[in-house]
Amino acid sequence: MWNWEFAVEALPILLRGFVNTLIATVVGTVIAAILGLILAVAIRGLPRWINWLVRLLVAFVRNTPLVVQLLFVYYAFSDIPGLVDVPALVIGFIVIGIHYSTYMSESYRAGIDSVPPGQFEAATALSLPPVRTFTAIVLPQALRATIPSLGNYAVAMFKDTPFLFAISVVELVTAAKNFGGSTFAYTEAFTLAGIIFLAASYPTSLLIQRLDRRLATY
Amino acid sequence: MPPTENTPTTASASSSPAIEFTDVEKSFGPTTVLKNLNFTVAPGERVTLIGPSGSGKTTILRLVMTLEELTDGYIFVDGQPLTFENRGGKRVELPKKRTREMTTRIGMVFQQFNLFPNMTVLENIIEAPVHVLGKSKAEASKEAKELLERVGLADKADAHPTRLSGGQQQRVAIARALAMSPEILLLDEVTSALDPELVGDVLGVLRDIAETTDITMLLVTHEMQFARDVSHRVMMFDGGQVLEEGPPDQIFNNPQHERTRSFLSSVL
Ligand SMILES: Nc1ncnc2c1ncn2[C@@H]1O[C@H](COP(=O)(O)OP(=O)(O)OP(=O)(O)O)[C@@H](O)[C@H]1O
Ligand SMILES: [Mg+2]
Repeated sequence: MWNWEFAVEALPILLRGFVNTLIATVVGTVIAAILGLILAVAIRGLPRWINWLVRLLVAFVRNTPLVVQLLFVYYAFSDIPGLVDVPALVIGFIVIGIHYSTYMSESYRAGIDSVPPGQFEAATALSLPPVRTFTAIVLPQALRATIPSLGNYAVAMFKDTPFLFAISVVELVTAAKNFGGSTFAYTEAFTLAGIIFLAASYPTSLLIQRLDRRLATY
Repeated sequence: MPPTENTPTTASASSSPAIEFTDVEKSFGPTTVLKNLNFTVAPGERVTLIGPSGSGKTTILRLVMTLEELTDGYIFVDGQPLTFENRGGKRVELPKKRTREMTTRIGMVFQQFNLFPNMTVLENIIEAPVHVLGKSKAEASKEAKELLERVGLADKADAHPTRLSGGQQQRVAIARALAMSPEILLLDEVTSALDPELVGDVLGVLRDIAETTDITMLLVTHEMQFARDVSHRVMMFDGGQVLEEGPPDQIFNNPQHERTRSFLSSVL
């Protein structure tokens, strides 16, 4: 049966776990967004063999489970003497960030490809240098097509944060599990955890939808 | 419309041609579009290219704007090589930066306007003066507003291009090209994408530029009356070659080639 006392008791504990979930999501998104852009752009200008190496790494990251990557980096790091003190949460958002950067780079690339050739031609006709063409014309236009998709990946990342339990980060779901373990109020703990997830991601999704519609036209 | 005098205003015997094509060849894959093309355009001269679809008119303009890579031969602007130069008998590509310095003398207006939709009208116009010529924002904005006045859009400085009609967008594109004070202006069917009732405003602006400046113009247009009024010379192209050329009166009233006659009767 549902027990309100346990629910009230669980809430602050869950919210403390939720802080880690938020940190992992926000920092992970920032890392993924920056690294994704670098992957999308840098790849175009690099020597062929580096290009090939980066593609291989991207394929590797995309085709192996996030949990495996988390565990791999977590234990690999703890094997390096002197690096043992890296907090699990930090490893968590770095790995999640890298994981999602491989997807976000694809969104950036699609966004850049959606900029009409006439825009590049006008930039050439004005003798604009390549860097200025990219930062002032191509990127702002590409981002309009890219940002909603980055937002969707951020929500997906948010929902992937429970995997951080594998490297013993106490995020929302682990906090709920721990609470259930000590009180047997699993129902209350996981119901609340679900509600917190929903309360955060549903409005975000709606926001992204609206943003998408607003960005569709100038 | 007063008839424009049919001699370039600044052409002098000693100066280099504004544009010179030397043995130009252009292929797209296996298709050769231009072969052994030679011609010059004098400073201040306004030349209209006419010819059937696919004869290479756009390709010529795009080569001058460095939007297409030259397959062989050389293009000179003010006597200086644009993309390739002959160094001791070897054809050598110029550094991109050097080519970009050369293209600052050249402006182009496109059929589809190609304004930057993420910038306001004013930002479109000052972008290159600020970031290529190194002008201050204040100075560039002041000049941009004068140009907007000139093209009849003084009240649109802060508008976004997508809010403007095609004719207004094209006039902004002309102002944007003029903001770089080009010596050469390339115009490729700049009224072809416009509703008929908007064509007049754009041609009016171009007539004004033709009459009040000595900018060298290379233009492709289907507006034959306009071509007749503003150009010093008309070049009829066919299959990537100059079939015939001469003052507009001669080409339009007394063409020498049957192909020119049939082409003109198809567009007039
Ligand atoms: N990017 C390209 N790839 C392949 N072929 C091309 C390309 N651009 C032009 N061509 C070909 O080059 C030839 C000349 O084209 P161009 O656009 O210069 O002709 P045009 O005289 O401007 O014709 P129009 O009056 O239709 O505008 C055409 O046969 C065209 O199909
Ligand atoms: Mg054409």
